[in-house]
Amino acid sequence: MSLDIVNNFTIRVATVNGSGSQSANLALTDAIFRLGIRVAPKNVFPSNIEGLPTWFDVRVSPQGYQCRTRDIDILVALNAATWRADVASVRSGGVVIHEAAFAVAGPTLRSDLTYYAAPFASLAKAYASDGTLRKYLTNMIYVGVLAELLGIDEATVERALVKQFKSKPKAVALNLGAVRAGSEFARESLVKTDPFRLERVSGGTAGLLFMDGNRAAALGCVMGGCTVAAWYPITPSSSLCESFIALCSTYRVDPETGRMRAAIVQAEDELAAIGMVFGAGWAGARAMTSTSGPGISLMAEYAGYGYFAEIPGVIFDVQRAGPSTGLPTRTMQGDVAFCYTLGHGDTKHILLFPATVLEAYEFAMAAFDLADRFQTPVFVLSDLDLGMNSWMTPSLPYPEKPFDRGKVLDAAALGAIESWGRYRDVDHDGIPYRTLPGTPHTDAGFFTRGTGHDEEAHYSEAPDVWQNNLDRLVRKHDLARTAVPAPLIEDEGHDAAILAYGTTHHAVVEARDLLGAERVGVDYLRLRALPCAPEVAAFIERHERVYVVEQNRDGQLFGILRTELAPAVAARLISVRHYNGVPIDARAVADPILQHERQPVAAGAASR
Amino acid sequence: MNGPTLNIVGLPRDVYKGLPTTLCAGCGHNSITNNLIKALFEFGAEPHLLAKMSGIGCSSKTPAYFVEHSHGFNGLHGRMPSAATGAKLANRKLLVLGISGDGDTASIGLGQFCHMVRRNVDVTYLVENNGVYGLTKGQLSATADVGSTSKAGRANELETIDVCGLAIELGATFVARSFSGDGKQLVPLLQAAFAHGGTSLIDIVSPCVTFNDHAGSTKSYTYVKEHELGLNAPDFIRGSEDIVVDYEPGTAQDIELSDGSHVVLRKVDHGYDATDATAAMAMLRTARERHELMTGLLYVNPTAADLCEREHLIEEPLRDLNESALRIGRADWDQIMEAARA
Repeated sequence: MSLDIVNNFTIRVATVNGSGSQSANLALTDAIFRLGIRVAPKNVFPSNIEGLPTWFDVRVSPQGYQCRTRDIDILVALNAATWRADVASVRSGGVVIHEAAFAVAGPTLRSDLTYYAAPFASLAKAYASDGTLRKYLTNMIYVGVLAELLGIDEATVERALVKQFKSKPKAVALNLGAVRAGSEFARESLVKTDPFRLERVSGGTAGLLFMDGNRAAALGCVMGGCTVAAWYPITPSSSLCESFIALCSTYRVDPETGRMRAAIVQAEDELAAIGMVFGAGWAGARAMTSTSGPGISLMAEYAGYGYFAEIPGVIFDVQRAGPSTGLPTRTMQGDVAFCYTLGHGDTKHILLFPATVLEAYEFAMAAFDLADRFQTPVFVLSDLDLGMNSWMTPSLPYPEKPFDRGKVLDAAALGAIESWGRYRDVDHDGIPYRTLPGTPHTDAGFFTRGTGHDEEAHYSEAPDVWQNNLDRLVRKHDLARTAVPAPLIEDEGHDAAILAYGTTHHAVVEARDLLGAERVGVDYLRLRALPCAPEVAAFIERHERVYVVEQNRDGQLFGILRTELAPAVAARLISVRHYNGVPIDARAVADPILQHERQPVAAGAASR
Repeated sequence: MNGPTLNIVGLPRDVYKGLPTTLCAGCGHNSITNNLIKALFEFGAEPHLLAKMSGIGCSSKTPAYFVEHSHGFNGLHGRMPSAATGAKLANRKLLVLGISGDGDTASIGLGQFCHMVRRNVDVTYLVENNGVYGLTKGQLSATADVGSTSKAGRANELETIDVCGLAIELGATFVARSFSGDGKQLVPLLQAAFAHGGTSLIDIVSPCVTFNDHAGSTKSYTYVKEHELGLNAPDFIRGSEDIVVDYEPGTAQDIELSDGSHVVLRKVDHGYDATDATAAMAMLRTARERHELMTGLLYVNPTAADLCEREHLIEEPLRDLNESALRIGRADWDQIMEAARA
């Protein structure tokens, strides 16, 4: 037996969706996490309810890398339809744990792999007579086989099951029995010849917990004071509003009356969802909607209205692969360019790019403050990878800051000033003062419109009035550059650097290690919002080559930066793109950069 | 003392006026505006609590022409119901008044209209219905009658959408129809709509003097005369003055058009039971077969819960809630984090 490989490998479970595999996958992930081992699960699933292939990767690494890897070490093969391709995906030296009924011959017989055949179907049959139950328990049996082969003790698996099936002791017992059936089989019938095993790490995951980005964003909405949510169901954003609903049903109930402190409407479409958001924002409530690309398309007209009429509103875009219906259950950073200028005419929005669960929470709260402060729509661009996958995260901190409701004049404030105009730039920062309907003062009312308007909100077609207003909106947008979450910079004075945003970050972290091992040092700027902070141009100017890494075909942020930066600065940018639907991995970042760094080509040329 | 007459909230009528209209002289919409001013004044609406919402079109300009000091929201074409819904949820104390037209409601905004009705959002929703697209100069709308022609001479071959029948079918709780110039009928209907807790639809037939006053249109007028079924001679003023009619419940009013075609309005009778949705639908259907439009309060369900009630919202406007009312408490927060860890 070769040297052990401890806590440094990736398990891929290949199964069909609708088989209950998610519970088993999450229990396995959680059990590993409970050993103090840092773990990163990735669910790759079909746009389907039952019967299509799904893969669940569980990665463990000493560095705690959170990105996807294409290097699969251990395959659990439960899907006959993908059996051949699944075996091909395992890297040399790996392990295949497969349903014993699958034939190991021809292309599925590889001399560089270790095979363990397990009769999952018959084990399940012996354990459960009910067909549906049997199907579900098959997955738990694989957890038992893996636990035995990798060294996860039964008590730890049990604790994971207790969490998974909270308040359902019957389910815990039933599933634990299936796990035992698997581990007993492995103990009695399999001889371990592979090097992979798990070893408890004391305190390795101390202070960490598991959460998906959509739930974190929903928590941010609650703590950020959102009271009106309007949404239309769409993958991968639905669980954001569903989490918000669940949280409100517990934490937004008035203790005295039992009545709700939040209104949540499942709208007829995204046109209505965003209309409700701006209606509520106009009337003074913090309001949000959550959607994905196709919904953003429908929201375009109202987004332009919100920008021009200057109404706060928060839009979560949990991005998925487009164009069109695209790959509804796959990830992409595909709406960056679209959202940035969403709306006809000259329109520019504030975009936030959370990369982590913590940021999904913090940026959700920040979005409501920014929307109120700048009286404008704010887009939070998450993606399927962040929104729907579970991630290790530190505890989400309790907010210490009060809401920033921005420039709102109440009746007393109106009484203290001589006159007021809705769109007057009295503070010379581009941000005017607003009033809310229901303000008991005769000067409070004004006419909100998407048509041309002067400083008093009266209709105007005058050329200078129109142009001055558009210029003020640009001043306001420019002011946001220093108010949005600042970029995070790691600058050690290298010639080359990476600029990335959102979930691409996790691949960049590993890629910088891979590049470092090749003696290619790269600095790093993680952009966390648009419009760009001034540090971005300064950072690019300090480097000869800046690789803009993103998960879309056309280099959407690359394009925005090239448009907004001075030509000499923009010429230093090189686009690196990943767009196959699955989350970007480190090699997709490191390989093209390595190639460029070893044979530098003219900056500005695209890398595909 | 010879001060102006004050209403029950102590305000003179002038407070309910707006900017001068920029619509065509004689436009039916101006009559509606005048009736609205009267209705709001007599109702005693608090201007600061009034939210005037509209979409896009000639009708949607009218919120500028009354209660100048109230908040107005001139939104997107066909998308006012969603904005009105959001505003009402944010502050349920607002008196939300939505003003739409036939294009805004029956074509581009049909979906939002249907779902607002279905949700019973507490909005007084007026359709200023002239059967024509005015701002884009004379195209037919979905409420144009079969056989009616556009200004370009093209005859409408498609079925007309009756927003009242549709609303009843959708479970509306207040459905009425009237005529722009029939203040005697319209003003009380408006006040009943303000008072109703739920979506109050009033479809108001409103002649367009510019684009739908030509041979072939069934919503234009050159003169109004006593219909053979009618019992009352209406008052009518032609030209740049607003059209005014007055006829009794149970009678019909024929508006004869320049090409000899007619619009016949029939007022529901005194004994009409407006709480019977099935009867209301049958009545609308019969009237349609007779090429008549029923006017008056067609259907009402005064006890249905509105959206804010169905959502069990607290009485206090959501927009007034602060951090302590909205944030999860520290102990609960720690518990949430602990549960995610354990």
